[in-house]
Amino acid sequence: MLSVPCPWCGPRDETEFRYGGQAHVAYPDDPATLSDAEWAEYLFMHDNPKGWFAERWFHTAGCRRWFDVVRHTVTYAFEAPR
Amino acid sequence: MTHPDFLWADPSPKRGYDVVVIGAGGHGLATAYYLARNHGITNVAVLERGWLAGGNMARNTTIIRSNYLWDASAAIYEHSLKLWEGLSEELDYDILFSQRGVLNLAHSLPDVREGVRRVNANRLNGVDAEWLTPAEVKKLVPIINTSQELRYPVLGATFQPRAGIAKHDYVAWAFARAAHRLGVHLIQNCEVTGFLRDGDRVTGVETSRGTIEAARVALCAAGHTSVLAASLGFRLPLASHPLQALVSELLEQVLDTVVMSNAIHVYVSQAHKGELVMGAGVDAYNGYGQRGSFHVIESQMAAAVELFPIFARAHVLRTWAGIVDVSPDASPVLGLTPVEDVFVNCGWGTGGFKATPGAGWVYADTIAHGRPHPLAAPFALDRFTTGALVDEHGAAAVAH
Repeated sequence: MLSVPCPWCGPRDETEFRYGGQAHVAYPDDPATLSDAEWAEYLFMHDNPKGWFAERWFHTAGCRRWFDVVRHTVTYAFEAPR
Repeated sequence: MTHPDFLWADPSPKRGYDVVVIGAGGHGLATAYYLARNHGITNVAVLERGWLAGGNMARNTTIIRSNYLWDASAAIYEHSLKLWEGLSEELDYDILFSQRGVLNLAHSLPDVREGVRRVNANRLNGVDAEWLTPAEVKKLVPIINTSQELRYPVLGATFQPRAGIAKHDYVAWAFARAAHRLGVHLIQNCEVTGFLRDGDRVTGVETSRGTIEAARVALCAAGHTSVLAASLGFRLPLASHPLQALVSELLEQVLDTVVMSNAIHVYVSQAHKGELVMGAGVDAYNGYGQRGSFHVIESQMAAAVELFPIFARAHVLRTWAGIVDVSPDASPVLGLTPVEDVFVNCGWGTGGFKATPGAGWVYADTIAHGRPHPLAAPFALDRFTTGALVDEHGAAAVAH
């Protein structure tokens, strides 16, 4: 089981969290002007790297706050919080 | 005692091929076989970074069924099931295909409604399907606990009698031998590290065993397809997740069909040798590490023991994980890519094994003609732009 470093509560068991996928995928500034291809990029085409990955977690059974972390998708190690 | 003959050769790569298939798993081997058999394209190499069929092909739970909800899915999976039914004869190799039936249990009223609806949809598509009451489930699987006192009681099940299991290694070896006999090169320890380009076209691959020219390149790398696509400069709607499975020690035969439960989340069959083979859903996070978290194993074991109380005395022999490429609509991506002469077959998620012959068949046709096979057309990459998703999440007894 992963030990997920919640920035508010400290390291906690993975079972307390929900996974949120890639971080920093911003909602489109002007959705009404987006083409179908741009919607597809926003909704479906997310990064899926083998290596370091910036991702979101939600501490559902703790502080109930979202946060971003950087984790390695092969070793599953989390980057030390800064 | 002498070593048995090798089933296929271990050639060094030639300078170039008409088609280079990346990934010698089940799908890659089947694709190469059908390229040669159906289309006469024999100047083909299948490149494998590790050893043949050592990825998800060696790690799956071998369940074969075609009881999907939507027409497009039923068509491609049923095409595959029909090929499975003749595959031992076709490849002259007993792959231990056993049509022992698959049950998908319902544990709630919504499960019952979904199941009955899917049975009707399956029948309209020519897929065999029945709805079983709890008593009929108990008759078919005497060791199952159908007590209505359970937290999630068995309220019925869908049953596909023609579904079943096969011996995954034999499937890979059978396709490998048959492809080799038709002239296909199977090249192991050959990792693709980059692509050769001429403008918008790809003309070959860079590998750990040198440069190999290719008129066409077919991606068939399951969980690693995103990595290849990234080096080609495009993104795919995939997330790679660990998918865990486990086996027990060898036991006397106690279960002669396949039982799946999405709601409490476990699926189990008993392999020919006697081990119980179990799996469940993916680990939540993106991962390429071929291992997952223990609580996922723990929860599927809890589900299995509730359904089958006698399993409580069985011991887990080993657990493992494969890396599966999950798409947003739980359906595969099969067809052309933004790069000319590069084709893609990916996104099969947790259910690729059952599609092995069918995917190989339609992918080979797609590569040979440079356009989607009719059964592949609904699974083109552009469905994420048009919005015509084939939404099998929860609709097809798919558990992700």
